Amino acid sequence: MNSSTLSTILFAAFVAFTLVLVFRAGRSTKKSSDFYDGGGSFSGFQNGLAIAGDYMSAASFLGIAGTIALFGYDGFLYSIGFLVAWLVALLLIAEPLRNSGRFTMGDVLAFRMKQRPVRGAAATSTMVVSVFYLMAQMVGAGALVSLLLGISDPNAKSLIIAGVGILMIIYVTVGGMKGTTYVQIVKAFLLMIGAILLTFMVLWTFHFNISELLGAAAEKSGKHAAFLEPGLKFGKEIIDPTTGLLDAGKTLISKLDLISLGMALVLGTAGLPHILIRFYTVPTAKAARKSVNWAIGNIGVFYLMTIALGFGAAALLSRTDLFRGYKVDVTGCLMDAKGAAIVDGSANCTTLENVANLSADAKKMLVPIDPSGNVAAPQLAEFLGGGHGTTGGAIMLAVIGAIAFATILAVVAGLTLASSSSFAHDLYANVIKRGKASPEQEVRVAKISAIVIGLISIVLAIGAQGLNVAFLVAIAFAIAASGNLPAVLFSLFWKRFNTRGAVWAIYGGIAAALVLLIFSPNVSGAETSLLKLSEVGFRFDYFPLANPGIVSIPLGFLFGWIGTITSNESNTQKYAELEVRSMTGAAIGKAVQH
Amino acid sequence: MGSTEQDKVWAETQASPEFQDLKRSYRGFAFPLTFAFLVWYFLYVILTAFARSWISTPVIGNINIALILGLLQFVSTFLIMWLYERHSSHKLDAPSEKIRDHVDKELAK
Repeated sequence: MNSSTLSTILFAAFVAFTLVLVFRAGRSTKKSSDFYDGGGSFSGFQNGLAIAGDYMSAASFLGIAGTIALFGYDGFLYSIGFLVAWLVALLLIAEPLRNSGRFTMGDVLAFRMKQRPVRGAAATSTMVVSVFYLMAQMVGAGALVSLLLGISDPNAKSLIIAGVGILMIIYVTVGGMKGTTYVQIVKAFLLMIGAILLTFMVLWTFHFNISELLGAAAEKSGKHAAFLEPGLKFGKEIIDPTTGLLDAGKTLISKLDLISLGMALVLGTAGLPHILIRFYTVPTAKAARKSVNWAIGNIGVFYLMTIALGFGAAALLSRTDLFRGYKVDVTGCLMDAKGAAIVDGSANCTTLENVANLSADAKKMLVPIDPSGNVAAPQLAEFLGGGHGTTGGAIMLAVIGAIAFATILAVVAGLTLASSSSFAHDLYANVIKRGKASPEQEVRVAKISAIVIGLISIVLAIGAQGLNVAFLVAIAFAIAASGNLPAVLFSLFWKRFNTRGAVWAIYGGIAAALVLLIFSPNVSGAETSLLKLSEVGFRFDYFPLANPGIVSIPLGFLFGWIGTITSNESNTQKYAELEVRSMTGAAIGKAVQH
Repeated sequence: MGSTEQDKVWAETQASPEFQDLKRSYRGFAFPLTFAFLVWYFLYVILTAFARSWISTPVIGNINIALILGLLQFVSTFLIMWLYERHSSHKLDAPSEKIRDHVDKELAK
């Protein structure tokens, strides 16, 4: 039995098991509001695992391991940012949010404001952030499956994306928050087991000597000590090609880009709607705090293990394996980006087996099949199991591959739930029906919108297959940090904050992040841009940073502040209620009177 | 109970010394700690960007300052989590529950 078949069987088993859980959760759901918060009765430990399952996406598991494997130390920056970010959620957000809201981020934002404009803004940003994040996960699913199962047919990839989408719709519509939580708990458990197993095997190989592991990785990478230092991917020193000297201006921009990325990572998490609504699934603020503690414990241990996974892959696998090989034509000749055979010396065709013999110039023309190294972790598993073609290797590859699928499924379900909840609770019930919808109507709308949002993301993800997964995740984080975080923090802690401030912070922050992204090198001006310079011939990359956070996050706060001070509205009464509720949990779970 | 009377309960509770103490105890702990971990995190990020040669100095074998600083970010995160949990369970949970019970009783009148 090969690993593709085994992987498919294991994944099918995961799907079958979670579907049973979800249908049982669906049957045990009594009140209609359980759709949103799963009855609000999970324990801190359960919710902590579910948060970890909701948060550690395929981008964490495969992306960080891959980035470390290819670029060394710089990949570790993601691990640190994604973990430290949880302190914002722990110290400032989890408990007051649990105490003062019921189902959505909009509940807290609209608490002391005019309902319709603020809930409209909250629903918009929830859906924008979630849909970008959903696309990233689903594009990642398509790419991952094709890499692991060796499928390159684009139709088959689209079919897989559609399959993932349909599964997540079933999880959410049938199981609601309760079912989704179960799926996330199971996934978090599997992911931890998988990562612990791989880490143990890597450390065993290197006699539990981290220094030896790092040394082997540095040696194999060909970059030596530089592989263990920051600078191979982020904040590069840029050399002016004409003078051969350091280009101070471009180097500074490249370093600011690194700081900007760090800012979005650390401030984005606490503005992600699918994370925020998880705090509503526990009964008290104390339980919300405990769940963040458990989540930090899990996530921290997991991100520590990315060191072993990433450097282990770098030390044990060949570069060709990390890239999952290079593009070849039908005759097996290596191709350059334009599809021509790479000619080197006297040979007019070089095959994959001879890639090591290529000259340095010819090596530069190679086109990696997976330039981001997303398959580093699964490849590492195969190697540790005994290598390609062995039974042990096939089993390990299948197990880790199936865990990666499970990871994607749990995250997309959480995102779909967050956006459909916000659509039904904020937009439908409070904006369209002006608070006159019955709970049953609301939940029916939530389920319908889960189906619609699911179908839209399937279509978008199929269309976006060429996009870079990390880029889509970065957009989601930048928007969350620029629009949602200022609004949530001001709402909870600033007495003077008002409707205009909230609306301006959200729309202003989102707009700043999106506009800067459009005019960034992500979209135009380089060969790595969405619009390749050589293909379109024009550029509009007026904003030099790839990460907008360093400008758009302060702008989000600034818009919120200007909006607030230019409006006379101020609801001292409601702020008294919000403050007492958020600090104590009085009248918890009771609807706010307007 | 009408909404004006409810508003009165909220306003009176907010103004009470017990509540103000609780608020001060929370903010006085959480805000400086937030400031501190953000400064510490950005210091780390800025060092990785601008102090490349220093941060690349090996300390033990192949382990350099960059890796140690990165691991210290993990340590400080766990430490802050533990400090906040200790502060909350010792200083915040009991008074917060007391005020909550009082408010819920007033609201039920």
